Amino acid sequence: MSVEEKVIEIIVEKLNVPREKVKPEAAFIDDLGADSLDLVELVMAMEEAFDVEVSDEEAEKLRTVKDVIDYIKVRVGEA
Amino acid sequence: MRLKERVALVTGASRGIGRAIALALAQEGAHVVVNYSSSAEAAQEVVKTIESLGAKALALPFDVADFEAVTQAVRQAEEALGPIEILVNNAGITRDTLFLRMKPQDFDQVIAVNLKGVFNCCKAVLQGMLKRRYGRIINISSVIAFSGNVGQTNYAAAKAGILGFSKSLAREVASRGVTVNVVAPGFIETDMTSKIPAKIKEAVIAQIPMGRVGRPEEVAPAVVFLASEEASYITGSVIHVNGGLYM
Ligand SMILES: NC(=O)c1ccc[n+]([C@@H]2O[C@H](COP(=O)([O-])OP(=O)(O)OC[C@H]3O[C@@H](n4cnc5c(N)ncnc54)[C@H](OP(=O)(O)O)[C@@H]3O)[C@@H](O)[C@H]2O)c1
Repeated sequence: MSVEEKVIEIIVEKLNVPREKVKPEAAFIDDLGADSLDLVELVMAMEEAFDVEVSDEEAEKLRTVKDVIDYIKVRVGEA
Repeated sequence: MRLKERVALVTGASRGIGRAIALALAQEGAHVVVNYSSSAEAAQEVVKTIESLGAKALALPFDVADFEAVTQAVRQAEEALGPIEILVNNAGITRDTLFLRMKPQDFDQVIAVNLKGVFNCCKAVLQGMLKRRYGRIINISSVIAFSGNVGQTNYAAAKAGILGFSKSLAREVASRGVTVNVVAPGFIETDMTSKIPAKIKEAVIAQIPMGRVGRPEEVAPAVVFLASEEASYITGSVIHVNGGLYM
């Protein structure tokens, strides 16, 4: 599974949203109905799935699906 | 039975108030993880009594002040009994002395067990509760958090800390079906209070409108209530159980 697919799968599961809504430009809070606690849980799930540690400052910048995909790709050395 | 098949963790459940809480939860059908620090025999007794009530129980020693130990023990407990749905942070110690004589370690120890212990145990169970969209956290504070007490600057600080902690966490997790509440006992007859000199005890009793100290069995029902379905709309609250000592 590619990083992109895995990230999307986690978002679908954590935010309980249909896959077709999880487009790259979708913003978690405005488009996917997430709240601040959802975002923390999402980041924690990413940390676990990709074995990375995301600081609070970095996490704050992750607003859209694409932000997360790009971020994880850099961290796991795919970009 | 109000708590049939629910799984509860009660810290400091080998003696005193924690023991009474563990038994009362079991009476309502909950399976109980009986945490203790060193009283293995007493904890085993509690386990046996719970089993005789028809519920499951597990005695589990760990120091609530030790984050790693708590995390590991909770994992072990959840493997044995299932996910923890009710957490009662009851473990507590006193290191009473007048402030002028209080050593930094007297302060640190009481904060580590009574306050950091609450943080540690919540950390260990909260993620699961959020995921399952259900959880009941009940933290045992004290009347001393409200009134203060001579010789207990450390204890009062820790117990008041629990209030602020609980209200803040209650706000953070309310939307996920997890409630966080506080029970604040007054003067209760346990090993903790048996150390208090008779003269001081008499002076305290004189201040209690009911004119007597309380029993652990009189604290436990407040905890059972907060753990039950009936308390589903209560979060960030404090129930005082003190015979009127503080109103
Ligand atoms: N008694 C009162 O009048 C009163 C009033 C207000 C609030 N409270 C609060 O109610 C709670 C229970 O008090 P109590 O009177 O029942 O006390 P207690 O009789 O002294 O029992 C304390 C319990 O906590 C356990 N414990 C102590 N340190 C621990 C640690 N580091 N890790 C894990 N467990 C630990 C003990 O285990 P071991 O048996 O292994 O030592 C014991 O089971 C405390 O939080 C206390 O502050 C009590």
